[in-house]
Amino acid sequence: MLEIRDLSLTVSIDGRRVEAVSAVSLQLEAGRVLGLVGESGCGKSLTAQAILRLGEHQGVEKCCGDILLDGNSLFEMDDESLRRIRGGRISMVFQEPMTALNPVFSIGSQITEVIRLHLDMDKQQAHARAVQLLRDVGMQDAEQILKQYPDSLSGGMRQRVLIAMAMAADPDYIIADEPTTALDVSVQKRIITLLLNLQKKRNLGLLLVTHDFGLVAEMCDDVAVMYAGQIVEAGKVADIFDHPAHPYTRALMGCRPEISEPGKSLTVISGQVPPPGQWPQGCHFADRCSLVQPDCMQNPVEATAWQQGKHLARCLYVDIPVDASGDEHDRDHRT
Amino acid sequence: MSVLAVTNVSKTFTAGGMFRAIGKEKRAVDQLSFCLEAGETLAIVGESGSGKSTTARLAMRLLKADNGRIEWNGVDVTSLGGRALRQRRNHIQMVFQDPFASWNPRMKIWETVAEGLRVHRSDLSKQQRRDLVAETLHLCGLDASGMDRYPNQFSGGQRQRIGIARALIVEPAVLVLDEPVSALDVSVQAQILNLLKDIQQAKGLAYLFISHDLSVVSHIADRIAVMFDGRIVEQGRAAEVFEHPHHPYTRALLDARPIAHPSQRQHGEIDSREDKTGEGMAASGCAYQPRCPYAASDCAVFDGRLNSHGFACLHPLTEHK
Repeated sequence: MLEIRDLSLTVSIDGRRVEAVSAVSLQLEAGRVLGLVGESGCGKSLTAQAILRLGEHQGVEKCCGDILLDGNSLFEMDDESLRRIRGGRISMVFQEPMTALNPVFSIGSQITEVIRLHLDMDKQQAHARAVQLLRDVGMQDAEQILKQYPDSLSGGMRQRVLIAMAMAADPDYIIADEPTTALDVSVQKRIITLLLNLQKKRNLGLLLVTHDFGLVAEMCDDVAVMYAGQIVEAGKVADIFDHPAHPYTRALMGCRPEISEPGKSLTVISGQVPPPGQWPQGCHFADRCSLVQPDCMQNPVEATAWQQGKHLARCLYVDIPVDASGDEHDRDHRT
Repeated sequence: MSVLAVTNVSKTFTAGGMFRAIGKEKRAVDQLSFCLEAGETLAIVGESGSGKSTTARLAMRLLKADNGRIEWNGVDVTSLGGRALRQRRNHIQMVFQDPFASWNPRMKIWETVAEGLRVHRSDLSKQQRRDLVAETLHLCGLDASGMDRYPNQFSGGQRQRIGIARALIVEPAVLVLDEPVSALDVSVQAQILNLLKDIQQAKGLAYLFISHDLSVVSHIADRIAVMFDGRIVEQGRAAEVFEHPHHPYTRALLDARPIAHPSQRQHGEIDSREDKTGEGMAASGCAYQPRCPYAASDCAVFDGRLNSHGFACLHPLTEHK
């Protein structure tokens, strides 16, 4: 199991160290898909990258908490063990398939590099494995693709290559950071299906980082919603969709064009995510929340402020009755 | 009279750069016709490489068509150039997917937004230009106090608002929007779509809205034209295209929309050999043949023209029900 335990990360802004991820806990089990959802600037990519201890050279520092792979802390490992885990047991699929590939090396040399780094194979064996990996991700003319360079492939093809590379050493966990955001909708569906097929076949634990609840609906078993550095709601995907508890979750779901009636105005969340260092003292979402109450502003809200089984929400006012459509107007008479 | 009319326009690109003689030709847009009326939104949808961005650039006259005719407000601009074209550009303006990429990072926001005024309103003083910028930024939901800041100090959603302000400042009749919300977070995307609708109502603008995302398009379009391999394969009122698509490609695009709830999942084990998304185009007849579940022998000799019902297919979906 891959476990993030009370992880807090700081970044440097104008020479000051400020908290960007605040006491985040997540658990990813083999064979399950966990969605980490939130807007840009909520700290979800920082959290995901911290698992492989990326971002440290860019000034991201851990101030407390731990990340455990089968009970072993990733922060106490030496460089060599860490290198074996990166790509070997946990691998990553990035959002920008162009920047993640090196433009001056052929696809073949980039895939075989990963294979030979982690598996004891000679050139021929590595080549054969690369061909098989590309076929697994739906590229039939694999031999041909291996000779090509990243710029001659389309965005969808590049993303397939990155997924193939992530699978190269048969990892147990994959972290996919917005894997389909840069792609066409039709290609997106294919990549989703591909990722899910691989995930099931190899019993992978998949952490999906995204801002899009549509993707969560398609892929995830469990969901953690992140806002301004904190997990504000977590639970099973069906619970979250059927009974979203936190106002932020509901607002984020309401923005999706596919659930609102064509032609009508879309629901929006006014304002922006406050940057690290400018988080409100009480509930982080208080200044954008349509249901805010005076005591929301005063003290930090516990992650378990609302709890129902394994479904948690960091909100003081979840238990207010809400009709099935989640219509906020019916909830005004609660004080 | 249409604010924008495109008639039988084609554009072919030659790949290969300096080795042009051996380069391959790519027909990006083929015999395309559509028109846009004042105050309406026509969405052009299709996947990457379908020619929708080329269409936008042809309509803007950023590219020159190989043949055909482009009219702005009834005036033929197909072969206009230089000063004559520049002076007419205030009729039609463009908003890009990532406006930030096209701005000078060392110019203040107000200067960036005001650039169009240098050509179209050279009579204004600096203060008048600043006032007009402030007013336009306000219309786009931005506080004018930020106008002396630089582009990198704004978020993605704010930059898109600035991009819209920059297009609006010369008071165009048509906005060409090329994937204006594709790079944005879902929450910001909703804000920008609502803003575009509000501006359209206030100003009576016509939008040519280019997108690959049908769920976005459903919120803004009055009419839809679906493009595949440089041609329009289906067009019609938005609601009708969504409710009763005829062309199998339109169906495929509709099916690719994200689902609203996990209970709608339909992930079968897809055999990768049957994944036809990456297939090429047919050399003759209907270009969609290699990916089409209903392709038949007569498709290979089909001329691909739209019929009177607004679709180009010999075996439309309505036949298979």
